[in-house]
Amino acid sequence: MANSNSTKAMSVQKMIAENKSKKNVSQSVEKIVPVALFLLAAISVLTTVGIVLTLIFETITFFGSVSIIEYVTSTEWYPFSEANGSYGVWPLVLSTLKIAFIATVLAVPIGLASAIYLSEYASDNVRRVIKPVLEVLAGIPTIVYGFFALTFLTPLLKNFIPELSTFNALSPGLIVGVMIIPMIASLSEDAMSSVPKAIREGALAMGSTRLEVALKIVLPAAMSGIVASIVLAISRAIGETMIVTVAGGSTPNADWSVTDSIQTMTAYIAQVTTGDAGFGTIKYYSIYSVGFTLFLFTLAMNMLAQFISKRFREEY
Amino acid sequence: MTKFIDKDKVSKNMSSRLTKNSILKGIFFLATLFGLVVLVVLLGRIFTQGYSHLTWDFFNNFASRRPEQAGIKAALIGSIWLMISTIVISFALGVGTAIYLEEYAKKNKLTNLIQVNISNLAGVPSVVFGLLGLTVFVRLLGFGVSILAAAFTMSLLILPVIIVASQEAIRAVPKELREASYGMGATKWQTILRVVLPSAVPGILTGSILALSRAVGETAPLIVIGIPAFITSLPSSVLSNFTALPMQIYNWTGRPQEAFQEIAAAAILVMLVFLIVMNSVAVYIRNKYANRY
Repeated sequence: MANSNSTKAMSVQKMIAENKSKKNVSQSVEKIVPVALFLLAAISVLTTVGIVLTLIFETITFFGSVSIIEYVTSTEWYPFSEANGSYGVWPLVLSTLKIAFIATVLAVPIGLASAIYLSEYASDNVRRVIKPVLEVLAGIPTIVYGFFALTFLTPLLKNFIPELSTFNALSPGLIVGVMIIPMIASLSEDAMSSVPKAIREGALAMGSTRLEVALKIVLPAAMSGIVASIVLAISRAIGETMIVTVAGGSTPNADWSVTDSIQTMTAYIAQVTTGDAGFGTIKYYSIYSVGFTLFLFTLAMNMLAQFISKRFREEY
Repeated sequence: MTKFIDKDKVSKNMSSRLTKNSILKGIFFLATLFGLVVLVVLLGRIFTQGYSHLTWDFFNNFASRRPEQAGIKAALIGSIWLMISTIVISFALGVGTAIYLEEYAKKNKLTNLIQVNISNLAGVPSVVFGLLGLTVFVRLLGFGVSILAAAFTMSLLILPVIIVASQEAIRAVPKELREASYGMGATKWQTILRVVLPSAVPGILTGSILALSRAVGETAPLIVIGIPAFITSLPSSVLSNFTALPMQIYNWTGRPQEAFQEIAAAAILVMLVFLIVMNSVAVYIRNKYANRY
């Protein structure tokens, strides 16, 4: 009797001791986990820091051998002759802007019209079919778009524009436009759908047609979201690489033609790295200066988009 | 007697406004169809160009300078290696960050900075991530042009998407579940590990698979870190040299011969099937395990 009592007491004491040690373990886990997770979260910040630092350091090295004034003002970009290469970034920037401009001209009207249709006219069933199709369009890899531009659209356009060269700005520009349509359409539709129903119903009750509601009520009310979506899409067009590398060619021209071969900032980086830029050459460092220029362009656009959607948002 | 309402005028006016409405509705609808038409033309064109090359040899041959012998074995296997490594890295980083931000972080300037940073990171062009990968992973950390270097680069590229998707999934887990767990004496980490995460997993998976399918098609970072397109061996470890489907497609696209265009189309078909399967899995998970509280 006494014996079994003592074993019971023993086991209870053991249990308490065990529990205590378990508690200690779980307490230290509770302390370690948040720190570990914070370190993981810090990696996203470190990535940004890493991007900015690598770009800045290598760009500074580049400007050690090429004057920054030449880089910004010269209109000739001949990085491949090591002896007397010329490093004026303007042809690359101009080509990038050409692509972005053509893409915007195509994508903004079509994207906005789709957004208006989806948010103001389409029934739920139609929307359920069309939205996934737009998502598929957005999910197609850009190398596929580039291949399509080079082997389908350029030959097609040549039938109408005989002077179009095999590599040009027009065809990749249009395809980049196709690529950013889903972005404009879906972000603008989100902005328009968040305009409250009561405002629409008020306008309809006053005798407006659907079109008048869409253009005069919903569009102005959702304007900040729409403009932000367009700015984001342009930023995407500026940073797009594969379509312009495959179908745009590799001739950095400083003229305004859209039928001749071009070379964008992104395409230049791809071209140099494909040919294995010898580490330490000026050519090698030039991809970082071009990358930094590109980064500044897209960063400015992204900040602008954030500013617009925050500053001019209508609260209901 | 003055007429307050001129019915003729009103109906004339109204009918012109209604015509305008229906005409523009048609235009808006056609614009919406534009995307659909492009998609059909694109897929149809690539299918007719490429399907005749989808033979067993095509899957079982390595790249070759002769188009009739060229295959995608190295690229296909390389893409699968890259995908698996990217999953492991990006999942650990993304979900960990999301848990920290949703469950532990206080609403202060630091958290805000991390959040703003994540949305900014999402807008950085992929070619710039390539430059980061080339500098940090290939050269600085000495991974060389390997699967590991490419997987880290791709992981950082898709990290913002995974973080945001995981955050939304974690946020959607109702408070009551957490409170019940605390009420039973569970600690915070136990609650997260055994209650919050299991109910957030479908949402996290859906977002991650979609992000991963983006990584499968990305070409620019691979080019920039210097992945070779011509390789005749299979990778043996994460530090091996390798090539991937988009890289192979890019290489074939750049060749002038018509035959290479056709096998590029065939490789694109394989890649698109890959993407469609991944997207279907994501949709399946979303529909099957959609949380209903």
